[in-house]
Amino acid sequence: MALSGIFLISFLLMHVSINMFSVFSADAYNVASHFMGTNPLVQFLLQPVLLFGVVFHFLMGFVLEAKNRASRPISYAKKDKGNASWISQNMIYSGLVILAFLALHFVDFWIPEISYKYIEFKPAVEDRYYGELVHKFSNPLRVGAYVISFVLLGLHLLHGFQSSFQSMGINNKFTPAIKKFMTGFAIVVPVAFIFIAVFHFINH
Amino acid sequence: MDLKLKIWRQPNAGAEGKIVDYDIKEVSPDMSFLEMLDVLNNQLVEKGEQPVAFDHDCREGICGMCSLQINGKPHGPDSAVTTCQLHMRKFKDGDTIYIEPFRSKAFPVIKDLVVDRSSFDRIQHAGGYVSVNTSGNTQDANAIPINKDDADKAFDAATCIGCGACVAACKNASAMLFVSAKVSQYALLPQGQVEAKRRAENMVAQMDAEGFGACTNTGACAAECPKEISLTNIARLNREYLKSSLS
Repeated sequence: MALSGIFLISFLLMHVSINMFSVFSADAYNVASHFMGTNPLVQFLLQPVLLFGVVFHFLMGFVLEAKNRASRPISYAKKDKGNASWISQNMIYSGLVILAFLALHFVDFWIPEISYKYIEFKPAVEDRYYGELVHKFSNPLRVGAYVISFVLLGLHLLHGFQSSFQSMGINNKFTPAIKKFMTGFAIVVPVAFIFIAVFHFINH
Repeated sequence: MDLKLKIWRQPNAGAEGKIVDYDIKEVSPDMSFLEMLDVLNNQLVEKGEQPVAFDHDCREGICGMCSLQINGKPHGPDSAVTTCQLHMRKFKDGDTIYIEPFRSKAFPVIKDLVVDRSSFDRIQHAGGYVSVNTSGNTQDANAIPINKDDADKAFDAATCIGCGACVAACKNASAMLFVSAKVSQYALLPQGQVEAKRRAENMVAQMDAEGFGACTNTGACAAECPKEISLTNIARLNREYLKSSLS
């Protein structure tokens, strides 16, 4: 879970960086998207690895949840909210929201893109990406779904990022500083994704 | 003070259990929680009823025998104490107190509030020891110089009394804090290096075999531990496990 989580976090950073181009320059976004969409290394090596990472992370999450639920067959009659954070105890729910979001995201972008390139074999149009992005974010329901999903992603990261370091055995004098960085990351990256969606909704 | 108790009663391991209500009057705030249960049991015996079975031994907070989930918290509302060190002054007149056994698949109920924690013993047997030559020329442990920081951390880990509060507090009923304390106390000392490679792997394998859940780093265990065992021990266990898996 920790390693696949860290891998997916690195992908998020790359994804938000490219998406942020769309706020400043349509051309820059088109160039970056065209590169990612046509580069053979990205398409035929990194993309399958990413898909494997996503599937692995979700499957392991479900396996972990099932094992952990089975380890306490009779629950307590009196439950205390305890000293652990709510999100750390409910990662499965934030994960399920993210999974639902990914399904929407695949339907919105990934499946049409794969169909465009590898099923319909349409010609490469280098400046089509910005228009497609803006068109998608013109729907307020979609923007709302994105906002909710990224709030849950932020909460998921808030525990998951720190937890992955503990799982890899990293807990030392640098941990407080690392935790501050991870908290910042868990806030800034989802907020950036939300900003991009709302920005295009308002401006187009 | 007068209290309403809601206690888990279960005649034996195979029987169905349920919460039973009891009223207890004139409880002294100076009593320990276990003394309050002693008073309740005296009243039950006088009425010809079965007393409530619960674990206890030293009543000084050092043996790890007492347990009890009190109002949803292992060892009750106070911090860094065991149930035997918990005093009734922590409750108010008229309070309702839920008293349940520690819940885990690996801690089956034997009777009422008594659970079988021998799974912890089996984890210890799997690797929580050092091999010492007892042929008559054993080296004095104090003859081996040990860094003060490491000695302190090892001692802190060794204060784990194996009560199972970490398991009871964890939403996953994971025993990682217990196992990490037992692994850490040896991993930090030169005497523990002989079995270091197989200790973490064997103890974690036994923990999984017993049916404990997996750690998701919520931190609930360390927050409820009566001996304040730190989460850094879990990170150390993970390091030891990775090291032994990769070597």
